[in-house]
Amino acid sequence: MALEAGGVPTVAVHTDVFARLARSVARVNGMPTTRQAFVPQPVVGRSPGDLRGYIEGVDPVNGRPFMQEVIEGLTRPLDDDLTGVSFDRSTPRLLEPDTEDNLQRIFVESNWTDFLPVVLPTEERVEAMLAGTSHAPDEVVGRLRPTVYREFWEFTVEKVAVNAVMAGARPEYLPVILAMAASGVTARSSSTTSFSGVALVNGPIRNEIGMSAGIGAMGPYNHANATIGRAYGLLSQNLQGGSVPGETYMGSQGNPLSYSFAFPENEEESPWEPFHVQHGFDAATSTVSLFLGGWYTLFGNGPRETWQERFRHALEACDPFIAPIVVLDPLVARGFVERGFDTKQKLIDWLAENGRLPAREYWDNIWMQTLARPWGLSGIEPFASHLKADPDELVQIFQPKDISVIVVGGGTQPTWKMVAGSLRGNIVSVDDWR
Amino acid sequence: MPELLTVHDPRGYPPQVTGKPLAPRLEGLEGKHVYLVDCLFDNSEAFMDQLQGWFTEHLPAVDTRIIRPRESWVDDPDMRAAIEADGDAAILGVGL
Repeated sequence: MALEAGGVPTVAVHTDVFARLARSVARVNGMPTTRQAFVPQPVVGRSPGDLRGYIEGVDPVNGRPFMQEVIEGLTRPLDDDLTGVSFDRSTPRLLEPDTEDNLQRIFVESNWTDFLPVVLPTEERVEAMLAGTSHAPDEVVGRLRPTVYREFWEFTVEKVAVNAVMAGARPEYLPVILAMAASGVTARSSSTTSFSGVALVNGPIRNEIGMSAGIGAMGPYNHANATIGRAYGLLSQNLQGGSVPGETYMGSQGNPLSYSFAFPENEEESPWEPFHVQHGFDAATSTVSLFLGGWYTLFGNGPRETWQERFRHALEACDPFIAPIVVLDPLVARGFVERGFDTKQKLIDWLAENGRLPAREYWDNIWMQTLARPWGLSGIEPFASHLKADPDELVQIFQPKDISVIVVGGGTQPTWKMVAGSLRGNIVSVDDWR
Repeated sequence: MPELLTVHDPRGYPPQVTGKPLAPRLEGLEGKHVYLVDCLFDNSEAFMDQLQGWFTEHLPAVDTRIIRPRESWVDDPDMRAAIEADGDAAILGVGL
């Protein structure tokens, strides 16, 4: 579209499963008549012969020969005018009054829910929720979008409160939820990878509002954990312009962690400094850290006699494009201290040094090819060096700065998880939203 | 009669959309410089190679040039400037 604006007639080629999304993006960017041609999905992994077959075949969306779509897209005179292209897209503050049953149906049919019943956001309930913050209802909190090539939507404190009510949250949780919304990190990424949001809470707010970092912390066993995580998901989908399959959500398999995945660190039972202190915050500050990831999870217990081999295998099994959040039960954390890891950083350094793959396997990955390979070709390390490695050379998968270690759990078994999670600097003050 | 409830709309505020016109189309492609923009998605390079091969075989009078941005999913103003400078048309692929 930028090239069209620069005077260059353009045709964009997409795979057919993205037709609805591609047309939606064109529409919201003011070019609904932009010329698009489609080939069958997938392109990834197809041989040159297969791809030539796509080119010489039929556009599966438009139903005409692909090359005819391409050539006519560049040469057929424009005959579509722009009537109706410009439009005001404001949303109302309140819906038309209706019965509870009808409103529940409207919310579901409008894709405003997670398909579980919601608490309807009546004016009374939203007003009660707003007592949880000193910020004015009409204050702009921030902007969200499902992915980088879609438009930003903006929202206020009141809009966040509406979604917090829907999730079943209590007013005292609102500062955490506002901080999540203010982060700019969506819990409803449109990515085909099926991300979820991952939210870690640190500081005094955890105990003030009754969050649990012990038994069942990452499951449905605590009101604050569960509803704060759910609120993060609902506000993301509703404040960013939607999370609709085929249009604003393309996760191929989906992710059960998307229902709710927010929990506090067990700072009291951890032998190490809290996560937010590790990242420069004062221990008395309350923060929420937002990770993009959640699509792979691994599990183990220990550390036992063969812990080094176990962790090396686990790191090899992680997707190389996003480093793990290593979630340790307090028993595991103490076990590592007994083995000489008296700081989180020492453990992180060991994990980074020992997580290795043959270069051939490291690069045989859709996102390493699409995103990391261009960085390597541009000279950015470590990708540049990894590109030059022999196929069987073991290359370091992750850098220490990308690996997170946190302590969560109730000490009933020395278990640990690795969960995909990229922090990307997203640690937000909760105190700012009290 | 069931009670009627008034509830808030949970959606955020979208930006206002302003329509933009497309660039004028060409009368034909013969003798023109057409940039094939490899979007860097996994295997897009192979697709663009095949597309260029198709033009060579079927429309040899069309001059096709493969070009790539520096990074995936990041606007490359230098690349666009290069296309706008001496390109008559562009075909981008393969996007999601």
